[in-house]
Amino acid sequence: MDAKQGKNFDLSSVFLPFLSIIVALAFGGLLVLIQGIQPLQAYRVLFATAFGSFDGIALTLAKATPLILSGLAVAICFRAGLFNIGAQGQLISGALASAWAGYTFVGLPTLVHIPLALIYGAFFGAIVALVAGALKAYRGVHEVITTIMLNSIVIALADYLTSTPFKEPDQPLTRTPKIQESAQMPDFLGLPLGFFLAIGLSVTLWWMMRKTTTGFSIETIGRNKNAGWYAGISVKKTVIISMLIGGAVAGIAGAVETLSITGRFEPAFNAGLGFDGITVALLGRANPLGVIPAAILIGGMRASASTVQFEAGVAPELVDLLLAMILFFVTAPLLAKFFKSRKENVAMTSGWSN
Amino acid sequence: MKLRSIHYLPLAFVVTFAYFYRQDGLVATSVLYTAIQFALPLALAAMVGIMCERTGIVNIGIEGTMLISAFTAFFAGAILQNTGRGMIVGVLTGVIMGLLLAVMAITWKMDQIIAGVILNILAAGVTSFYYRQNYSIPSTLDPIDLPVVGAWPILGPVLSFHGPITYFGVLIVFTLWFALYKTSWGLRSRAVGEHPSSADTAGVSVTRLRYLNVTIAGAVGGLAGSYLALEAVGIFERGFTAGKGFTALAIMIFGRWNPLGAFAAALFFGLTQALTNQLMIAEVVEIPFQFVTMLPYILTILILAISAGKVRPPAAEGIPYEKEKS
Repeated sequence: MDAKQGKNFDLSSVFLPFLSIIVALAFGGLLVLIQGIQPLQAYRVLFATAFGSFDGIALTLAKATPLILSGLAVAICFRAGLFNIGAQGQLISGALASAWAGYTFVGLPTLVHIPLALIYGAFFGAIVALVAGALKAYRGVHEVITTIMLNSIVIALADYLTSTPFKEPDQPLTRTPKIQESAQMPDFLGLPLGFFLAIGLSVTLWWMMRKTTTGFSIETIGRNKNAGWYAGISVKKTVIISMLIGGAVAGIAGAVETLSITGRFEPAFNAGLGFDGITVALLGRANPLGVIPAAILIGGMRASASTVQFEAGVAPELVDLLLAMILFFVTAPLLAKFFKSRKENVAMTSGWSN
Repeated sequence: MKLRSIHYLPLAFVVTFAYFYRQDGLVATSVLYTAIQFALPLALAAMVGIMCERTGIVNIGIEGTMLISAFTAFFAGAILQNTGRGMIVGVLTGVIMGLLLAVMAITWKMDQIIAGVILNILAAGVTSFYYRQNYSIPSTLDPIDLPVVGAWPILGPVLSFHGPITYFGVLIVFTLWFALYKTSWGLRSRAVGEHPSSADTAGVSVTRLRYLNVTIAGAVGGLAGSYLALEAVGIFERGFTAGKGFTALAIMIFGRWNPLGAFAAALFFGLTQALTNQLMIAEVVEIPFQFVTMLPYILTILILAISAGKVRPPAAEGIPYEKEKS
């Protein structure tokens, strides 16, 4: 496994995603041209805004923070051969839970309040993922369907909770009260604190995957469930652990977003962060460190979408289109090798009831 | 014949209906009419899944196929000011999506779940970027007054006056059932889905048959999308399909990969939703609307949790076929 990991770091693992992105941008440019918009102008504004100044980079990294985490949530499950499309639901659950913890507890010192709210986020993210993990482990229900259904359930539930029991009193909007000042995550060196937390978690999970038994179990069942079973690894337990880790990390993504950016929970917030996590994870080749540059790229595109609309007159959904293109080109020629359903590789497709 | 859970559905259906009919005849028939409207896109989408999986291809991109087909059908219909042509464009879009899945899953031998998710994200990206407001189609597809059936008591108002895609969709369900179990195409398809190498030995081209079936299935998915945009509501919104493509997969499994079983399951789903809507509108029970929204999703998970393990999917599902080289 170590040899394989080592091989992932050769030149092609950097060069090929890069090439795919170029191809995707070229193809996306053609699609933009249909709209009568100069793609080069749009791209220039896009990248100059995202990476051209310190403020721009700070905003990019702020946008990248939840994407690193949701990318991690998907990537860890990928490693176990699980496709966690539910990062979105887990993230929303975590965002709402941390908002609740952020406004309910009064008078805590910041050093206690922030970790506490983060733990609430992680816990409630993990709970949502646990439903899918347990159904997969004990009933053999494919996680893709359950996590997508759970996304919709969580979105509806969060909408209900913010419109009735957790609603900010005496105002018409569907949203929770603002979190206490003691729960607000500060900036560090001019950059959002959450970004450093996300990097820390990436490194920790990367270390876990390489050096711990848990990581080894996850890798093994991801490569071959039967081999894992023969080796005495509890497949059920490992499936549940992977989903719990994924859910907790996605929950933290939502919590960080609440505590440092939005300051409260509103159902329209957080839209799409979990789905971008899928693109991030695939672009980062399901590697806990690889998701960092992938998330920064996508975060940059998200951060400058509104400027592109303002200066080049392109709808901000341009980014959705470009991301779809990137995902297509990154996966098709490149990851086709990695994800091809061969025995030694990770295979997500496993029928609906195995 | 052994009594399976699915056989209780018609019974539940009749009992519920009789109860409601005694309460209020008009409401009861309108609930059933709406149930058919809810059920149809699910049934069609489940047929897409059945056609693909019976030949061994997992199609999780049904949602995206429906979404982008609804999109093209609606905007083609609006720009050409012709709903019928919009429908043709929608079906053709479905064919393209089917071909795309076939290329990724069969030729490139990609993981089929990833291939399907790419279809979904692609559809979401394209439809949200090109979406424009202030477009409208001239009218939804005209409903058809069935000649004899329409005059029947009770069943007449339930079965008559649906749009053309509804009747055509029901025809597809029965045709697919007949084709799968009574024709050589069906036998070959099922053989390819269960044991491709044997089918290959017997002279069936696994690749060609899979390509054919996934593409036809794409057309059916396109029809399902067109139904949503042109027949059911007559509008298009971002994220319009709201998970129906995934619910359809649960319906397919619940119906044991059998077109008639899946049709029954879809009707059950439609009925549940129509009933809940009616209960909410009539204020019989006070449930926040969010819980009504959740119902189909919760049902999907419950049904999968109950029926998974008891049903057996096609054996070669999800495995790219590699000819043995020796």
